Amino acid sequence: MTCELSRTTLHGYIDGELDAVRAAEFENHLEGCPQCRATRDRMESLRTQLRESNLYEYAPAGLRERVHTQLFEGSSEKRENASGRRWFLVPAFSVAAIAFAFWLALSLVQPHTHSAQITAELIDAHVRSLQPGHLTDVISTDQHTVKPWFDGKLDFIPPVADYSEKGFSLTGGRLDFVDGHSVAVLVYARAKHIVNVFVWPARSTETMSDSSGSRQGYNWILWHSGDMTFCIVSDAAPTSLAQLRDLIHP
Amino acid sequence: MLQPEQRTRFEQLVLPHLDAAFNLARWLLRNRADAEDVVQDAMLRAYRFFDQFRGGDARAWLLQIVRNNCYTWLDKHRPADLMTEFNEEIHRTPSTDPEKLAVQSDERGQLMRALESLPARPREVLVLRELEGCSYKEIAEITGIPMGTVMSTLSRARERLQQAMTGSVAKEASNDV
Repeated sequence: MTCELSRTTLHGYIDGELDAVRAAEFENHLEGCPQCRATRDRMESLRTQLRESNLYEYAPAGLRERVHTQLFEGSSEKRENASGRRWFLVPAFSVAAIAFAFWLALSLVQPHTHSAQITAELIDAHVRSLQPGHLTDVISTDQHTVKPWFDGKLDFIPPVADYSEKGFSLTGGRLDFVDGHSVAVLVYARAKHIVNVFVWPARSTETMSDSSGSRQGYNWILWHSGDMTFCIVSDAAPTSLAQLRDLIHP
Repeated sequence: MLQPEQRTRFEQLVLPHLDAAFNLARWLLRNRADAEDVVQDAMLRAYRFFDQFRGGDARAWLLQIVRNNCYTWLDKHRPADLMTEFNEEIHRTPSTDPEKLAVQSDERGQLMRALESLPARPREVLVLRELEGCSYKEIAEITGIPMGTVMSTLSRARERLQQAMTGSVAKEASNDV
């Protein structure tokens, strides 16, 4: 006959789950009960064996990445985009040349240092957003989810629409910080490209005018509409960016 | 969907327990690839329902979800695994072939097979206690076993494991269980 305590209290004892009084009581019992001592030794050696066998199975790195991508970036394609395409230069020289000429023309009529600084910031913000976990604060393909999300976070509401039928799927939104101000960012997926649309209220002191260009392999188009400033940044082709601009403001 | 501060909380409170999630799923499903699938799904579920997390033990909260997903998955793909548990609980017959286990010379391999040979219920309790280091309270929260019976469940599970390890040596002790 096995001592009753060896199959109940003993386990609470070796697991450190007994309160001080019960633990002391059991220790007293242990002194006079060879069966409990034998069971304790058996169980302790089993536990040591378990500990020393390293049976713990850690999550594989691939799973960790997939979970992160799935939760914070919406789909696995975008992650590939982030790591694989960052330094990919679109070999559209003619388009770049036109953009350059456009930029040159602009730079002649106005001081471009401020606008160059803002576009640099926007592109930096775009690159930053491609880091795992930084793309979206609100993940949704539903404009009716994304739009209210901005409510109360900014002192303006950006226009939010999904253009899936035209090849630009809304994947979410986030807040970003550009030129010392909070800006709204709408995130679209264009095939395997991520497209960030930055929106903020135009300020009277702003000397920027509509412009577009390319930098570090990323293209951008900036324009004003009403009292808002918009800027699209992506590694997608400039024609795609222009297409999206025309969708936002036909 | 989560607000940014909620997302940060999720990243800080729940994501660090991915290893715990995987470990539990791997031992419940007895297969790494299946565990990866189920855990990925469970993490998404946890993320979606994070606003229902009322503070407290985030690991236990996550493991509860992982465990539910594992049982749902087993029910769908390997119902026999759960039947085994059912029969075991009633008949209390050792699920393993001691001779076969005795052939295993490698102690780790032997222990691994012994643990895998246990029915799901004692197996998960052992994994939570011995590998994950969960308290009785956490085990109760994760598995739904009443707090008062965690101790005796663990006791039976340990006896079963040792029985599976050493074959007939522990039989005498477990006959009393």
